[in-house]
Amino acid sequence: MPLLEIEDLKTYFYSDDAVVKAVDGITYDIEEGETVALVGESGCGKSVSSLSILGLIPSPPGRIVDGEVKFRGTDLLQLSASEMRRYRSRRIAMVFQEPMSSLNPVINIETQLTEGMMTQLSLTKRQAGDRALELLETVGISDPERRLKQFPHEFSGGMRQRVMIAIALSCEPDLIIADEPTTSLDVTIQAQILDLMQTLTRERGMALLLITHNLGVVARYVERINIMYAGRIIEHGASTDIFEKPSHPYTVGLLNSIPRIDRDTRSSLDPIPGQPPDLARLPAGCHFAERCRNAIDKCEREYPTTVEVEPKHTSACWVAEAVYNDNALQLSHA
Amino acid sequence: MHEDRRQDGIANSNGNGVSLIDVEGLSVDFPVGTGTFFSRSRTVVHAVDDVSLTIYKGECLGLVGESGSGKTTLGRAILRLQQATQGRVRYGGEAMDEMRGRDLRNLRRKMQIIFQDPYSSLDPRMSAGAIIGEGITIHKLATDRAAYSERVAELLQMVGLNPEMARRFPHEFSGGQRQRIGIARALAVEPDFIVCDEQVSALDVSIQAQILSLLTNLQADLGLTYLFVAHDLSVVRHISDRVAVMYLGRIVEVAKSADLYRNPLHPYTYALISGIPVPDPRIEAQRQRVVLGGEPANPANPPSGCHFHPRCPFATEQCAVEKPELREIDSSRLVSCHRAEELVLEGV
Repeated sequence: MPLLEIEDLKTYFYSDDAVVKAVDGITYDIEEGETVALVGESGCGKSVSSLSILGLIPSPPGRIVDGEVKFRGTDLLQLSASEMRRYRSRRIAMVFQEPMSSLNPVINIETQLTEGMMTQLSLTKRQAGDRALELLETVGISDPERRLKQFPHEFSGGMRQRVMIAIALSCEPDLIIADEPTTSLDVTIQAQILDLMQTLTRERGMALLLITHNLGVVARYVERINIMYAGRIIEHGASTDIFEKPSHPYTVGLLNSIPRIDRDTRSSLDPIPGQPPDLARLPAGCHFAERCRNAIDKCEREYPTTVEVEPKHTSACWVAEAVYNDNALQLSHA
Repeated sequence: MHEDRRQDGIANSNGNGVSLIDVEGLSVDFPVGTGTFFSRSRTVVHAVDDVSLTIYKGECLGLVGESGSGKTTLGRAILRLQQATQGRVRYGGEAMDEMRGRDLRNLRRKMQIIFQDPYSSLDPRMSAGAIIGEGITIHKLATDRAAYSERVAELLQMVGLNPEMARRFPHEFSGGQRQRIGIARALAVEPDFIVCDEQVSALDVSIQAQILSLLTNLQADLGLTYLFVAHDLSVVRHISDRVAVMYLGRIVEVAKSADLYRNPLHPYTYALISGIPVPDPRIEAQRQRVVLGGEPANPANPPSGCHFHPRCPFATEQCAVEKPELREIDSSRLVSCHRAEELVLEGV
């Protein structure tokens, strides 16, 4: 049984005159100890889907209208608020993008680190304090005794993100959800933080759900990928398969849009024209049809069914096989 | 045409070209207060520390560095949007700091900047047309009302927007479209030189690629010179003919783009490159990488000798004591590292 199974999850936001379908029926899973990525551009619903897992969708205006989020078989969406609280940080912990706004500025680091351990693991203040010290060392913060007494503003961005990771690790969860954990950090610090997360989750057998827009990061750290576009997962597969044989035109477009550090100046980008659709006014057929070079008539009428182009590699596209064959062919020639 | 421009760029970077901008020993200091409210003492941050740099006509020079490296300040000081503490900038051989009044205003027309944040850099109460047209009016570049409107429409088209959008206001545009307006505004006064400050870093990849392609095409069509300031080394490699790397206010390496990435000479450049993942799992699995310890030092209190030495895996005693000068390794490469000749660093 997978650690986490998401089945046809739908999270909508309601306003007076519109329904924004932020997440519109996504299905994926995460095995124990595995690193999985949810990739997409801003507004594709990747963050909303992860907040839905933990029941953190502000309601109103948001509401989970359908679907299941099964954690080791238990549907988290059916739990009461107090039952849910036992899952947060104890079973599933979260690391957010903005380490400044996710730490409380008027409470010292020690209190923020020990709070969870005292409530979730019923540790005494002394025990929690000792563990907090260890945790700070684990995440590479030197002079932990002094640092524990400090406040968030005394830490740099990278150090704050280390504190966030320490907090996430503190209750020994089975799954860490990291939402763009390094996006606001400098290049050399990004590498430090991601390497740290990879080492720690591997050592402890924790699963990691990495939410990111950065395909480079995905290539370096992730085993399986889900690509999202306009509220749905449009392609899923093992990391190497997706990069070598992308089978959805959007994935192909994304890969052709990223300037690569290993490519010369003259290699040209091939951007996707246009912009993502308004989630309150989604087109009837495939959400990507309007921007798609491979679109056929059917694409504008009917949302594509998901097909398996090779074992464990799926694409929601009417011409998925053709796209797959095309890229597989190029690969064999290369 | 595109190819030709690139060829020119490479020729320029070989030193055959004509320099457009010469930065000579430029420093920018910012006073910062330390201590408590009552006993305030003054210290100085050397945001830009004795930088010399040449930008050749028709090239795109990438300027990379992490936050606090002084890259934005350097870009602004070149445009004289930021007063330099020391040193000077020459534009086409003329010293900018001696210019006043009309001469300076004319020069300003030739040098434009496009800002990072497309939300805060456009006045929300002005229509897109008014934003783009402001410079045309100020510099009297249109003879009459009709010529003005025609020019605004032409500019909108040049950046891939519909001329009818001139009447809309910034909030009606997406981030990518706002960046296009920022570009049109810069182009309105027919500049020779544009500073692009972290211009695409706030955009999504698919939109970022559109803007990068637009910038490349405009450069070829209009013969522009760019200073492209960014922290994203992949983007910089894509657009730049040459690249300068900054660390704590100093330039540590300058080279042609391909040379810098394939064969970095400064350990900091090496670490920056190795920090960026390649979107290809097979290549990633085989890459040799270094992950730097520590964080960039406080610019108010930089380390002795080479600023990078506390984080450098190759530092010797000499590095802690002696400041390495930016020296020429061959005709197109500058590096400031005592050990540049002996280190073998792998790029991508």
